[in-house]
Amino acid sequence: MNRLLRNRVAFETLLRKEIRRFTRIWVQTLLPPAVTMTLYFVIFGNLIGSRVGEMGGYSYMQYIAPGIIMMSVINNAYANVVSSFFGAKFQHHIEELLVAPIPNVLILAGYVAGGMARGLLVGIIVTGVALFFTRLSVASVWVTLSTVILTSTLFSLGGFINAVFAKKFDDISIVPTFILTPLTYLGGVFYSIDLLPKFWQTVSLANPVLYMVNAFRFGILGESDVPIGLSYLVICGFIVLLTAISLTLLNRGTGIRS
Amino acid sequence: MNALEIHGLTKVYPGGVAALKGIDLTVREGEFFALLGPNGAGKSTTIGIITSLTSKTAGSVQVFGDDIDRNFEAAKRHIGLVPQEINFSQFETPLDIVVNQAGFYGVPRRIALDRAEEYLTRLSLWDKRNSPARALSGGMKRRLMIARALLHEPRLLILDEPTAGVDIELRRSTWEFITDVNKAGRTIILTTHYLEEAESLCRDVAIIDKGQIIANTSMRALLEQLNIESFILDLARPLSAAPNIPYVECQLNDPLCLEIRVDKSQNLNDVFDSLTGQGVEIMSLRNKSNRLEELFLRILKEGAQAGGSATAKAAAEATAKASAQYARAGHGSGEASP
Repeated sequence: MNRLLRNRVAFETLLRKEIRRFTRIWVQTLLPPAVTMTLYFVIFGNLIGSRVGEMGGYSYMQYIAPGIIMMSVINNAYANVVSSFFGAKFQHHIEELLVAPIPNVLILAGYVAGGMARGLLVGIIVTGVALFFTRLSVASVWVTLSTVILTSTLFSLGGFINAVFAKKFDDISIVPTFILTPLTYLGGVFYSIDLLPKFWQTVSLANPVLYMVNAFRFGILGESDVPIGLSYLVICGFIVLLTAISLTLLNRGTGIRS
Repeated sequence: MNALEIHGLTKVYPGGVAALKGIDLTVREGEFFALLGPNGAGKSTTIGIITSLTSKTAGSVQVFGDDIDRNFEAAKRHIGLVPQEINFSQFETPLDIVVNQAGFYGVPRRIALDRAEEYLTRLSLWDKRNSPARALSGGMKRRLMIARALLHEPRLLILDEPTAGVDIELRRSTWEFITDVNKAGRTIILTTHYLEEAESLCRDVAIIDKGQIIANTSMRALLEQLNIESFILDLARPLSAAPNIPYVECQLNDPLCLEIRVDKSQNLNDVFDSLTGQGVEIMSLRNKSNRLEELFLRILKEGAQAGGSATAKAAAEATAKASAQYARAGHGSGEASP
């Protein structure tokens, strides 16, 4: 059997294992975002949104829907990889991968693909929920799909790096709580940065999540606070950076080899 | 071809603890090899390095001629590992665990499923294939790890304390299975604390202590070094004191149980005549079971006494050199290892 085929089998096995993991515990992984996002739509979109009026020429519900979908993609892609890889370290079954002849790049690809799969599935579920509350059209299928795929890749990589360094369960919740959530909430999910004073508009431009939310909103509504090309540049730049860091950590065996 | 060749293997952990001090070890293909040593001697570190779970500081490891650094994929494919600790996901099923592991070695799913049925059946786990792994008993979990290690059909099977905490009956059936695996042509390396198991199963043996190989020979040659035999005698009438027989060490374990230690050159008839002459009536006799244990303890003791020997000196020099290299590479204490 040639190397390419062996590696393909190894990658498919890891991806299948990852997908089975989050679907087996769907009550913990797939149901909560559907419930939480329903509450967002009811409270922010319906109750408060009806008093906010239009934003960027769209109803408030329509405006926040892409941001809420992207927020759930980000959270779930990150959460999947950080909990799965840390769990594998904690229970020592990461050793199943370390003793096998799998190149490190495939280990990374398998975990990232698992995170993407959960991010995309949750994105589809939340989109389904959103359609109960508002009408959504797709301005650009290509931008919508590419943004959601690239963003889930980026946050899966982020989750992987977090898991590599995590030594206890607290360590896998610190980044989502104190970094990811503030960045997401301040990343234009619920508002256009045009509403902010000039200074805070400039500060907001340093938030990478802003580019992802706006690129996705552009794909759905055709409306964005930032140039779409710049959004792609930021997302791809971070993917390259985090991939390089992840592979370096894996090659050095940081956190996984004694 | 040798199944395993280790040269100058050194491991210095961050903080300067030298777990391995430049060991050399060769295991021939088809061998059933015992790697023995007290806790903390370096057995698991050696196995960790061979299987890529631990990074080495210096030295080389070749598995069936494939270097674990230069040709790591080929080297890893030769090895199946049954680790000391349970290391599978407790939430997966035995079938998923073994089939996934085979998949990580590039075995297509269809083939892996066929092999899973074969090995799980042989290890009496097929009925439990769809139960969560956490529901298995301790012995079942150990057998599951053996099945998992074999599914990609490795040429070298490494068993690190595979029967720790397993009851006698299960240990026996496990060893029957492993012996069959060895007879089928696979090389086995075993570490165990049950020295009687090593004595009965293994043809070659190495003893490691404080990161150095202090004995490496065939089991027979090793046991021949033991020129004292111990026997346990069950007595018909209780004794108040141990009998006195020239050149025989007698110890009364309890009034009805006498232990004698006899030099191999001594004629046993003379010993029994002396015992009879002193009114000792023997009801039954058995070998004190663990000859290897006796020898093992003696070798360790001798090794400890020969602290200033040339071997120890050379090993210390190798370790110091490796420590210096490690420090130069920029790894301070407390850092994650490279």
